[in-house]
Amino acid sequence: MRLNQLTVIEARAGLKAKKFSVVELATACLVQIKAVDKKLHAFLTLNDRILDQAKKLDQSGDDGRPLWGIPFAIKDNFLTEGLRTTASAKVLDNFVPQYSATVYKKLIEAGALCLGKTNMDAWAHGSSTETSDYGSTLNPWNTKYLPGGSSGGSAAAVAADMCLFGIGSETAGSVRQPAAWCGVTGFKPTYGRVSRYGVVAMASSTDSPGPLTKTVADAALITKIIAGHDVYDATTSPRPVEINPNSLQGENLKGKIIALPKEYLIGEASGLILEAVKVFESAGAQVKPVTLMDPQFTIAVYTIIQRCEVSSNLARYDGIRFGHDRSSFSYEAKNRSLLGAFSLSTGYFDQYYKKAQQVRTMIIDEFDRLFKQFDFYLAPISPGPALPLGASKTSAMFGELQDVLVEPSSIAGLTGLSVPCGIISGLPIGLQITGAQFDEQKILQVGHWYQQQTKWHLEKPKL
Amino acid sequence: MKLQPVIGLEIHVELKTKTGMFCGCSADHFGKAPNTNTCPVCLGLPGALPVPNHQAIDWAIMIGLALDCRVNLESSFDRKHYFYPDLPKGYQISQYDDPFCQAGKLSLASGKIIRINRVHLEEDTAKMQHQVIDGQKMTLVDFNRSGVPLVEIVTEPDIASGEEAKEFLKKLRDIIRSLGVSDCDMEKGSMRLEPNISWSESPEKLNNYKVEIKNLNSFRFAQQGIDFELKRQKELLDQGKTPVQETRGYNPQKRATFSQRVKETSADYRYFPDPDIPPIVLTREYVENLRTKLPQLPEALANEMVNKFHLSLSTAQLLSKDQLKLAYFNQYKNQVEPLELANLIVNKKIDLDQPPPAKAASRAVDPNIIDQVLKENADAVAKYRTGKTSVIGFLVGQVMRLTGGKVDPKQVQDKLLKALQVRNLQG
Repeated sequence: MRLNQLTVIEARAGLKAKKFSVVELATACLVQIKAVDKKLHAFLTLNDRILDQAKKLDQSGDDGRPLWGIPFAIKDNFLTEGLRTTASAKVLDNFVPQYSATVYKKLIEAGALCLGKTNMDAWAHGSSTETSDYGSTLNPWNTKYLPGGSSGGSAAAVAADMCLFGIGSETAGSVRQPAAWCGVTGFKPTYGRVSRYGVVAMASSTDSPGPLTKTVADAALITKIIAGHDVYDATTSPRPVEINPNSLQGENLKGKIIALPKEYLIGEASGLILEAVKVFESAGAQVKPVTLMDPQFTIAVYTIIQRCEVSSNLARYDGIRFGHDRSSFSYEAKNRSLLGAFSLSTGYFDQYYKKAQQVRTMIIDEFDRLFKQFDFYLAPISPGPALPLGASKTSAMFGELQDVLVEPSSIAGLTGLSVPCGIISGLPIGLQITGAQFDEQKILQVGHWYQQQTKWHLEKPKL
Repeated sequence: MKLQPVIGLEIHVELKTKTGMFCGCSADHFGKAPNTNTCPVCLGLPGALPVPNHQAIDWAIMIGLALDCRVNLESSFDRKHYFYPDLPKGYQISQYDDPFCQAGKLSLASGKIIRINRVHLEEDTAKMQHQVIDGQKMTLVDFNRSGVPLVEIVTEPDIASGEEAKEFLKKLRDIIRSLGVSDCDMEKGSMRLEPNISWSESPEKLNNYKVEIKNLNSFRFAQQGIDFELKRQKELLDQGKTPVQETRGYNPQKRATFSQRVKETSADYRYFPDPDIPPIVLTREYVENLRTKLPQLPEALANEMVNKFHLSLSTAQLLSKDQLKLAYFNQYKNQVEPLELANLIVNKKIDLDQPPPAKAASRAVDPNIIDQVLKENADAVAKYRTGKTSVIGFLVGQVMRLTGGKVDPKQVQDKLLKALQVRNLQG
């Protein structure tokens, strides 16, 4: 096994035992990037100082920080001081941030090394990475297919072992859906659990940063580090972080009551989800079918709220203080800005934005009731596996349709995992394990347990 | 249909909090080198997020309480969208549906009540400077002011003249100053006025136009501008014309308003609740606790000083609305007889950085007595002029005799010397 293929936990053990150096580990990742990224196009900008940084760590020695010496990739909408940040949008082509996102800062403070910035849908507007102003990332399992998005670059980088872990962000499925399509683990913490400070805003009321990893255990480790209250983000929760990556073991599913929303069992993925359900049942969990609001309605709610917030969040990109002017905006951003501005204008606000918020409250209430009776629910992440290149261009609502099964959880600010649970025609499928707000530890324990029972997360694409 | 002047006021007041409305930058921006007081938040950089300043919220609510407003226990910040280079995010964080305070009032000396529509909190914008650099016209933006807490006070259109507007504004300024939350300095822009003026049937039945005046940088100009505008509009209406709905500036030299911008349609600001800031939820106890922090307001305080210390109403009013003078008065009112102390502060304008002069010194030397002594002792004055400066002691003695020794000899000597110098020059 090459060093770049290690999980975070394995690599930390190896570094601690001095089996290899930080430079060797970082070099293994750089070699892999050089070997495969011409084909996959996961990275937009590489950190050209990483070997110097690695050398410095080797010289000063392992100080026991939880991510000491671990190379990672981060989505290009996280601001990284001194390292170009574009959010895959030409408007920000020349933008070098003067400050860093809280998430990035915490990772660096924990000793991690940034390999570079990964591709995404421009401004995170999409679920394919195909709407990047710098061209699509390709799926490592089959380069004729999309990696999903918007965190497609980070998902592909993890799947292709170009890094030990990746950071993404999701507004509605942008971590979990590319994780599912690329066959890696993706975790969406509760809204407000991880700071949005320094993340180029998409839809402020649902944006949630999260890790893309090779295992759930790694996801727990990373989330523990990036989670917590941030004085720079008024929407972060002051609740203490209850994630403990060292106590994921010992979960046994006996007596757990699991919901299986009937409306979510759509598409060709549902067969593999029912296979996964058997794994839970054989361990003594009770899986009960439930009826939830048809996720189709969430599409309308999500689309309106997201377009409104997008139109407002993009208003600052006027080219006066940084970046290029508005002529650099590509089609999708203009489309969303126009729709949002329309929905917020006088006479339409009540009809669209206000009504959408009312339905959003209904969705939140429905989940509150669900989690009074059930520990979590299981569903597909996406109705099927990755779609072929070009698929996003023929459907104006591509993202919303691909994310339909995770949008309700995003709209309600829940926490959820995507774990690999099978393969259809050579492309991976993701299982959704979703729980109540701030139930991160429970969901991570269950996901970890599932990965102890199954081997799907160990499957690797042949590059 | 008889029309009457109908005037509403929008007043912006910058709070003197330590830090900005939503960031940690200093709120004290005046006179600082351009763009030296900025951060990702007030520059509107990508990814920056606003975190509300609770001191500013408390102070906005205190202004509302002082104006007899109802305080909303649930309020929110909203985004108000418009494009202007001084607005880095493309929207201003303000309050729309649920401001902190609503439905207040302030009464004028005549007993007339001016209703307050709302008191809300928002962020100030950057400042634009139009300059010619290397022969090219340019607009520069200074973001030091961007994000400074700004309270907006909106009245109902209850004001009927420039005079009433001026009285209202002075009273409002005195109240806000007494709270210690803003300097309300018109020259520095920490208080800004925008009257909306029309001739209408009544404040409830407004005409189909209104004119807003901007850039009024004193109460006097506000009064003059309003009165000019009323006259201008009346003349048009008398000719059967409707004044254009527009924003006008004021030229103090010409004492006239002039057209600046015609508003054909009302702007659509596309307000919606700012998703970056959770709603502000207050308890009744919290608001009542803020109410206990309100000082006695200037009007009540002046009345009390008239009754308690027998000050004249005008002296009491001057003292009650000037925080520095009032603090000085309170500090020394047990050491110096209050009536005399008030007189020293208001009429003699003594140095407030020094303690009051000693009791004997506190009696001023009557300039008439100085004159009288100089006239009656012409020979001594003549000796002084020939260089016999020691005669000054004799002259001081004469003054002391005439005043019964109740004045400070040092002060007498100073006054005599000054008078002699003047006479020297004249001679």
